[in-house]
Amino acid sequence: MLYKDLVIIGGGPAGLKAAAVAAKAGQKALIIDRFWCLGGQLIKQTHMFFGSEKQYAKTRGFDIANTLIDDINQYRELVDVWVNATVLALYSDKVISIYKDNEYIKIKAKIIIVATGASERVLAFENNDLPGIYGAGSVQTLMNVYGIKPGNKLLMVGSGNIGLIVSYQLMQAGVEVVGIVEASDKISGYKVHASKIKRLGVDILTSTTIKKAIGIDKVEEVILINLDNEWNEIQNTERKIKVDGVCIAVGLIPLTNLLSMAGVEMKYISELGGMVAVTNDLFETSVENVFVCGDASGIEEASSAMVEGMIVGLVATKKLGTEIIDYESQLSDFKNQLNVLRNGPYGSKIRNGLKKLENKLC
Amino acid sequence: MMFEEVINLRIEKHPILNFPQDRKIIFFTFNGTLVQGYEGDTVASALYALGILKLSESIILKRPRGLYCSIGNCSSCHMIVDGVPNVKTCITLLKEGMVVKTQTNKGEINAL
Amino acid sequence: MLEKKGFPTKEQIQSCFPEKTVILNPKAIIECYEKIPCNPCSTSCPFNAIYIGDDINQIPVIDFNKCTGCGVCVFSCPGLAIKVVQTDGKKATFKIPYEFIPYPKKNEIWNAIDHAGEVIGKAKIANVIIGKKQNKTALVEVIVNDKIIYDFATIRRQVYE
Repeated sequence: MLYKDLVIIGGGPAGLKAAAVAAKAGQKALIIDRFWCLGGQLIKQTHMFFGSEKQYAKTRGFDIANTLIDDINQYRELVDVWVNATVLALYSDKVISIYKDNEYIKIKAKIIIVATGASERVLAFENNDLPGIYGAGSVQTLMNVYGIKPGNKLLMVGSGNIGLIVSYQLMQAGVEVVGIVEASDKISGYKVHASKIKRLGVDILTSTTIKKAIGIDKVEEVILINLDNEWNEIQNTERKIKVDGVCIAVGLIPLTNLLSMAGVEMKYISELGGMVAVTNDLFETSVENVFVCGDASGIEEASSAMVEGMIVGLVATKKLGTEIIDYESQLSDFKNQLNVLRNGPYGSKIRNGLKKLENKLC
Repeated sequence: MMFEEVINLRIEKHPILNFPQDRKIIFFTFNGTLVQGYEGDTVASALYALGILKLSESIILKRPRGLYCSIGNCSSCHMIVDGVPNVKTCITLLKEGMVVKTQTNKGEINAL
Repeated sequence: MLEKKGFPTKEQIQSCFPEKTVILNPKAIIECYEKIPCNPCSTSCPFNAIYIGDDINQIPVIDFNKCTGCGVCVFSCPGLAIKVVQTDGKKATFKIPYEFIPYPKKNEIWNAIDHAGEVIGKAKIANVIIGKKQNKTALVEVIVNDKIIYDFATIRRQVYE
């Protein structure tokens, strides 16, 4: 058994920021990530980010990843990094079980920060398991990390920010986007993203969904169908389109398996993406010294994930007894940043979700 | 040659990203055929670049399966790599001489 | 229109433009119709011509007196929603963001595209600027007929069948 003060599970924007804030105050931390490099989903984001300067607005996602990694590299003697290491279990007595280099390792930690991010939702339709049907993150990974086109002609399902952004990135990679289908009657992502893709000549079809995928060893055609105001299929509106790929961008689910395993109190809140941990306003769960931040605490943007990571890094460091000179002013600044990010119309979903969490209403 | 046409889905030039064109070639076998990928590929990305989208079969109905999440969550990309089953090929870096096979069952452990 | 189809109405577009006399000189046209948490246009403007304020969800407001049409906001906007325009009544010159390769070349004739993605005329490429500060967003200067000044959104390479 190894003993650590602070273990951060997940080396994406939230985890990296938590480690950086802790290290800056002189607090040691271990980051554990199952991928072979740090940066989480940032590494595949080629678009410029929104938010304010404090959240690296107008910087491309992969550049933000490099900046965050550089930040923790400045504190090599304080921040340990284990990549290619999968956390298999988290126990309520704060023991973590990890699989790394063909070995099982156990760590008992004083404080654990779960920053495990989120995973793609699957959409139910006939033959949705055919090869060539990917989650949007997968399409981005293939294109932007490995430099591989996920086909030549793709259908995008979902008009949220991810669906719109990935459609644009597909076109940049030389892939034709035959259309974007959206089941609801409105485009759900930022209209500037929709406008970008619209002027490229890509159709955005609202009240439309994918009914079936057709193919033998991979997807070759899809059948689209129109929906009425109550999400029912409208008869005789099916049409077939030839594609060699389908991208599913219908939302993300927080990855909270480790938290439920540790006996953390969970609640289903649809506005936050599904099952989330019940936390106080400093992101501490019902198990003392187990914190959660980033998409794992509720689906939002990378900008919010970074700020949440900073809050948790600060709070955890103080709890461990490490002195932080301007703790109150830093905490206040971070909380204010979160409020500003959530203030506008797009923040209403998160605000409602968080209110439910506070009230524990379901 | 096993494949009817040479498929190359690699992006050479990109408006935002830089993909080095001089990466080290890595040879490996896929179901007995010698194929190649590049340094920095995962097993799955190397196969996808060759147009090989079917990576495994579902356990009972033997339906073709390929990548879905690409970040090690969904297990759709399980293959047998160097005799070890259930390898998540989407997060396993490609190494020279790897023996990669389509997995069609829950995975068997070779007796020692 | 914006919510269902992804492109603004003619009224929405025109509301972003100042009087024609103002755009005898180059000015930035900010087509930002929605409140989202974002302010790089405001913080990047070297002339403090764009105002958002502490609540970064507010829609940017531009002071055309201060704006010189320099184009920094064009490649700073994460939504690529800003372009610079100047017109002499006959020909309108735009500076638009462009992130596809191969880039257009000076003097080439491309298709002029409207907000809905339709071809509405021709665009002559006057210049292509790719500076390090632009971080991979090229600034393309194009000349179109003043008649399509409100409809014009971007360029597309002509395809010969």
